[in-house]
Amino acid sequence: MKTVAYREVEAMTTGWWMLMGVLAAFTSLGLLAAFYMEHNGHWVTGMTNQIVWGLPHVFAVFLIVAASGALNVASISSVFGRTAYKPLAPLSALLAVSLLAGGLTVLLLDLGRPDRLMVAMTKYNFRSIFAWNVILYSGFFGIVVVYMWTMMDRRMKSFSKPAGFAAFAWRLILTTGTGSIFGFLVARTPYDSAVMAPMFIAMSFSFGLAVFILVVFASSEMTNRPLGDALVRRLKNLLGVFIAAVLYFVTVQQLTGLYVAEKRDAVVFLLTNGGVFTILFWLVQIGLGALLPLALLFAPPTAMNRPAIGLAAILVILGGIAQVYVIIIGGQAYPMPLFPGFEATSSFFDGQVNTYVPSGPEAFLGVSGFAVAMLLVAFASTVFRFLPESLADEVVDPHCAAKARK
Amino acid sequence: MKASWLIALLAMLVAGLGWGPAFADPFPTIPKAKGERCVEDPQYMRRNHMDVLRHQRDDTMRLGIRTTKHSLKECVSCHAVDGKDGKPVTVKSRQHFCASCHEFAAVDIDCFACHASTPEAKR
Amino acid sequence: MSATTSRRAFLAAASAAVATLAPGITLIAAQAKPADQPASSSVRWGMLIDTTRCSQDCSACVGACNVENGLGSHGRPQTDPQWIRKVDLTSKRTGQKLSLPVMCQHCESPPCVDVCPTGASFKRQDGIVLVDRHICIGCRYCMMACPYKARSFVHESLENQRPHQPRGKGCVEGCNLCAHRVDEGKRPACAEACASGAILFGDLNDPKSEIAQKLRTLPTTQIRPELKLNTAVRYGGLSI
Repeated sequence: MKTVAYREVEAMTTGWWMLMGVLAAFTSLGLLAAFYMEHNGHWVTGMTNQIVWGLPHVFAVFLIVAASGALNVASISSVFGRTAYKPLAPLSALLAVSLLAGGLTVLLLDLGRPDRLMVAMTKYNFRSIFAWNVILYSGFFGIVVVYMWTMMDRRMKSFSKPAGFAAFAWRLILTTGTGSIFGFLVARTPYDSAVMAPMFIAMSFSFGLAVFILVVFASSEMTNRPLGDALVRRLKNLLGVFIAAVLYFVTVQQLTGLYVAEKRDAVVFLLTNGGVFTILFWLVQIGLGALLPLALLFAPPTAMNRPAIGLAAILVILGGIAQVYVIIIGGQAYPMPLFPGFEATSSFFDGQVNTYVPSGPEAFLGVSGFAVAMLLVAFASTVFRFLPESLADEVVDPHCAAKARK
Repeated sequence: MKASWLIALLAMLVAGLGWGPAFADPFPTIPKAKGERCVEDPQYMRRNHMDVLRHQRDDTMRLGIRTTKHSLKECVSCHAVDGKDGKPVTVKSRQHFCASCHEFAAVDIDCFACHASTPEAKR
Repeated sequence: MSATTSRRAFLAAASAAVATLAPGITLIAAQAKPADQPASSSVRWGMLIDTTRCSQDCSACVGACNVENGLGSHGRPQTDPQWIRKVDLTSKRTGQKLSLPVMCQHCESPPCVDVCPTGASFKRQDGIVLVDRHICIGCRYCMMACPYKARSFVHESLENQRPHQPRGKGCVEGCNLCAHRVDEGKRPACAEACASGAILFGDLNDPKSEIAQKLRTLPTTQIRPELKLNTAVRYGGLSI
């Protein structure tokens, strides 16, 4: 097999400046929004004492979940020994740390006291899943950076496999931790379920790969590097499997909820009369975010059509954001059952479905998480050799390409 | 002690060179406290008031120890400075005991985001 | 014997004297701890709320809490903090009407303390659950975890805080059982303000205390008993 050649992205071209400009603009908008929120206090956002986590958390959780999933391609090549994915392994690791950085930026900037980052880094309550996550996130950065080093430095090549294993194990634990942020909350009926952890892992596979496919498409298009059908076929089939896995876990989650009398009302609320949450669930999460992409990826007319595959990836991301929105916001909107068997009213909105109207600053802050991630990817692949010169079939999978030519 | 004088001198120099007129009075005017003497030696307090306060803060907050000797509330009330309206000034004013020095030293303090910077008026 | 121990002995004698001199507040005054002593784990502060004595149109406890702790309103009910609220209940089965105050229930195993990443949310030795605002980073995970909606986030800059109750933007807060009053041997403001005597405050660990005796004789419950949090706030006349 040919050794894969990597080359930096050419800097200072018009396209490069435009890309950097747009990403920097969105990043700055997010920073401005965060400053505005912190300066005035959170009352200027749509978040309240009832909906305490809002749009920033939706984007942050999506990005953090996608981060661990973006490492898929590297894991498949290092841990499961699939050489076809090897050329993309460094990019996969880079995308993983970048998405995590983007997500954590949003999470940090939404804190009531972001100036106390040092407190969060130095004072740990080891019973807190959040505290575990702080350690898991820091560890992920460390391990994946070392993993990238082993992949990109010839002298370190022999360490690549163990580093890949470590990164793979760590990302599974990390996503378990992210899912458990919600799964361990006994207070709120719609959360409180062990299925959250494996479901978040499936979500990470799907969201992360969708983002990865888009980055691969965009980078090969923008830098005029060939991208062969063999790799595209592998990636899109894999995405299809992951979408199905998420659907499976969502089904299990909702069915267990319907079966247990204690949770039934909350599930019925979401599935039938939850207003915006019901619409988001059926239309965006299931319809646009799972069924339509599956059709695009596997129906013969569009199955190998690049724009259709790109669209499917975009839809998976949209559906994913909707899913996280439904989980986080929907879970808080459903009234907390303090007094089962009673109708409750109070000045603190007991017994009511809580409403949430996201504000502009929150949305800008959330979206800026993506901008930060992409800015990091673009910058790092300009400075270092992350992107392969070619992803043509004969480079990626010479054996398969030769067969196809016959 | 020598080091802090040196720093003060340097600060003065820098201030004098850069923004002379704005810092015509190089030293802060520290208002006098109401009480007879401080709970600790003033020299000690100048250097260590933050540690004293922090220690008391954790004792009170975490353990419920409510001795008044090192309590911020007592500092604030003994060092209160009345403004032109006869009411104690808040930390927003440079006349405030804490602000007078902290603004000069350019050390931002977070205490008064939550703590009252004036003694409570009789209710 | 050192000077401190003799002062402690004097204070103990003094508080015992108060106990006999002033009937009515005897129970509480006898339990007042000396200022230089930490809160003790032999005590567990709690409240018993008799819902049969709580009327729907009375909110004296809420008003007293707001004054005591300097909780102002910005006219924005969605974001204004509420440490205690009156909840009106109507039974779906029988139509029975009830009204009761809900505040931090001061759980024995508080979920807010478990989830807090920095340890800002903590439980004092005497069972009072509160937030150390010095290390609260404002992540609101405790609000997600609290089964009683007992916590509020400070959504805007504050001024004119009460000196005994520091509060500020960006931190989470909630009922702290008026720890500053309890440490002085007083009852929480809500209990003191309740004219109908529906809120009884005392030491759950002291078998001789009025609250412990009532808990032994009257049928009482906690909110969301299935969570097994063993709350320090108990309700009488409420069947869940």
